[in-house]
Amino acid sequence: MLLVLLAIILAMGGVMFFNKAFTPEYGLDLAGGTTVTLQPVTPNGTPPTEESLNLAVGIIRNRVNGSGISDAEVAKSGDNIVISVPGAGQEEVVKLVGTTAELRFRQVMAVAAGSPPPPAQMPTQAPTPAPSASPTATGKQNSKAPKPGQTATPSPTGSPAGRALSSALTNPSPGATQAPSDKKPAKNASPSAEPSRSAAPSAQPTAPAMDPNDPMAGVDPTGIDPAVLKQFQELDCAKDNGQGAQDDPNKQFVGCSQDAGTKYVLDKAAVTGTSIDTATAGVDQTTGEWLVQLSFKGDGPTQWSKVTTTAFNSQPPRNQVAMVLDGVVISAPVIQEPITGGRAQISGSFTQVTADELASQLKFGALPLKFKKGSIEEVSSTLGADQLRGGLIAGAIGLGLVLIYSMLYYRGLGIVSVLSLLVASVLTYQAVVILGAFAGFRLSLPHIIGLIVSIGITADSFIVYFERIRDEMKEGRRSLRTAVEVAWVRARRTILIADAVMFIAAVVLYFLAVGGVAGFAFAMGLTTLIDIAVVFMFTKPFVALLAKRKFFAKGHKLSGLDAERMSVQTSVGSKPTPQEA
Amino acid sequence: MSGIARRLYRGEVNVDFVGRKKLWYGLSAVLLLISIAGLVINGLNLGVEFKGGSVFSFKAPAADIQQVRTTFNDAGVHQVIAQTTNNGWRVTTESLPEEEVTTVQKTVAQKFGLQQNQVNLQVIGASWGGQVADKAVVGLIVFMLAIILYLTLAFEWKMALAAVVALLHDLVITAGVYAWSGFEVTPATLLGFLTILGYSLYDAVVVFDMIKEVTAKLGTTSKMTYTQAANNALNHTLIRSLNTTLVAILPVAAILFIGTTLFGAGTLKDLSLALFVGMIVGTYSSLCVATPLLVTLKERESRYQAIARRLAAHGGAAGTAAKSTRQPVTAGAANGSVPDAEKRKKK
Repeated sequence: MLLVLLAIILAMGGVMFFNKAFTPEYGLDLAGGTTVTLQPVTPNGTPPTEESLNLAVGIIRNRVNGSGISDAEVAKSGDNIVISVPGAGQEEVVKLVGTTAELRFRQVMAVAAGSPPPPAQMPTQAPTPAPSASPTATGKQNSKAPKPGQTATPSPTGSPAGRALSSALTNPSPGATQAPSDKKPAKNASPSAEPSRSAAPSAQPTAPAMDPNDPMAGVDPTGIDPAVLKQFQELDCAKDNGQGAQDDPNKQFVGCSQDAGTKYVLDKAAVTGTSIDTATAGVDQTTGEWLVQLSFKGDGPTQWSKVTTTAFNSQPPRNQVAMVLDGVVISAPVIQEPITGGRAQISGSFTQVTADELASQLKFGALPLKFKKGSIEEVSSTLGADQLRGGLIAGAIGLGLVLIYSMLYYRGLGIVSVLSLLVASVLTYQAVVILGAFAGFRLSLPHIIGLIVSIGITADSFIVYFERIRDEMKEGRRSLRTAVEVAWVRARRTILIADAVMFIAAVVLYFLAVGGVAGFAFAMGLTTLIDIAVVFMFTKPFVALLAKRKFFAKGHKLSGLDAERMSVQTSVGSKPTPQEA
Repeated sequence: MSGIARRLYRGEVNVDFVGRKKLWYGLSAVLLLISIAGLVINGLNLGVEFKGGSVFSFKAPAADIQQVRTTFNDAGVHQVIAQTTNNGWRVTTESLPEEEVTTVQKTVAQKFGLQQNQVNLQVIGASWGGQVADKAVVGLIVFMLAIILYLTLAFEWKMALAAVVALLHDLVITAGVYAWSGFEVTPATLLGFLTILGYSLYDAVVVFDMIKEVTAKLGTTSKMTYTQAANNALNHTLIRSLNTTLVAILPVAAILFIGTTLFGAGTLKDLSLALFVGMIVGTYSSLCVATPLLVTLKERESRYQAIARRLAAHGGAAGTAAKSTRQPVTAGAANGSVPDAEKRKKK
């Protein structure tokens, strides 16, 4: 047990070492941070309703502090929303909170190069794959912009029902990016996938099938609103990629891809972001790319299956479904088979950060208002270093007093409590540092005080145990070694029941409360687990080890277990303890 | 070792906690009344984070944080959160009426050599208001229900009820201390309350665990009533309770002391006061409120009433179990519960 604990401590130390994270991340009150003011923009300039502002505050709070442990704060300031995030240089947070994050799934109706391409770059000799064999290669690529991120989403474990999506969605991207998918054609659930892949020449940019000099070649105007078509002809993605454009779900829409390389005419929205149940960032198991996985709720699965069916039965390029985020087409995979089961995934040049960001934007819903960013200020801590130092010094003094007291009171056993507290402190520190580095846990002053108090509660676990040992010894009929074991059984139950109460408190508050309360509850749960770990893996084994030493077993005067101090009477017969009443 | 300490150490003390329940109930009732009166009369001094406030921003590169705080205090502002930004100072205060805003702007401008219009004012909403507060309340209610459910399963509903009553008792009294002292209730204070909540329950659970263990052995032929058994259990864990309280409270006391003496106002003081009061009250309530309450509930059960009646009959005029505990059956009655019985008899 002691070795296991040592291994845990060393492993955590190793994690800290490799990530060069040795100090905890501090919260707003201790480290200061960045304050961003967002101003709502309404189409007609009227002030936003109270209701929509409150909704926006709630959504933004979830985005910046969805886990509850980042110590970020969101407040209304008149009609504006003020967001404070701990840590300096957090400007990417502006994007996270200010982005509306309206997601629409729309069937593609026409595709063309994003802007008139310079002729010099056009590969003229590009092979045009046979259309029957390769739906994906049909001209909607422009060779100018290979989009490595925008690839397909193959999954090696694609079972037709649940994971059908991954195999079904193969993004029509330039050949270069299809190389990885070539590795696993046979496993694909969709029969149509293989020909498409084998037909696509890898490692060489595919040319559009149409004449590159006529952007409208190959566009089938059937069903497209003439006004939209005109808009489409005029759109030059290089000049205006449509970011933040008005995106009415009930109208056809013209938009550009993220890199401005492709423009699309899209049908009315088939599924919207409000149908999203959950969104998580994940890694494609085959390609190792970051993507965002979605599941739909309500009408979402039906609508999703409907649009994928329609797309599947359509001719290219209408066999694609575009995912439009705030007016930009972030991905437009070819549908290889109808997708039932209500799951989808979005790929498109994501990094871990952007995938996480999009996932949290989608998960917590679109903002009811559009915002423009106001001032961005870096603010200092509200408390200043003096309070932190004061708190730490006071905590150290307090712990010192605790140590002195336990040495005086428990003598030899005091060593156990001193070491146990030390181990608990080390584990707590390590956990806080690692959570700071990986989960964005931010330590604020109340957390620190809470941690100091929790060390007192950890100490209680030893006290309960030691008092039990002394009870057993007082009964005078047990050797120290048996007393240690018998007392442990009793103490263990008490410790577990009491810690379970703390843990329930922490879990309930963590999941139900938001903001700082949730963060504090998280710290409380953490220390409770550490308490249990220390008592089970350190205190008990260590006491058992000591019990084998003569010093303790014989009840040396300084061991804290001597007969005189415990009024153990050597007379015959046992003393009734309350247990025997 | 002096007498009391020695007896404490050896576990020889025997205080009749449960028997004095009228005293405790009275004491608690008085404390609760005072606290509630404080909450009604004074209310809580809620921080900017809960109520929203005013934010002043101005440029004063030469000023230090202490100067800024003092200037605002001098202008009649109570709550001052001063921060530097890359654009100068940003000072958050409580919501100020218009005339006071002007006073503050004047004072600040004068002090740092600025025009009055160079001290900008913004109104800020509550970062801990609305949704955060609502969700925290919902969380607390669910938490109480979860705890009652858990303790009902782990122990029994009477213990759950007693523990939760003791918990509410602690929270109300701590809140009362804030109402009367006028200390600011900040998010930090709130988190201090949550810590107390955990601590108070934890303490009650440890005590109840011992009571459960001791009273589980009570049968129809017991020599003790439930009251006596519970009281013995309390005395048995008394040393644990005192030790734990001392150990948990030493760091808090240090923080309170340093926070009050070295820093004057601030989060440290606000938070540690909540903890200091809460922990003392928490220990008190586990021993003197939760347990007597539990005993009151349990003694109404017919089987414990039966024991009490039988022992009363045996004990005759003394009316307690003093005699019965002396019966030879309890071998070697030189220790443990007997001092208690003897003391009681003397009264």
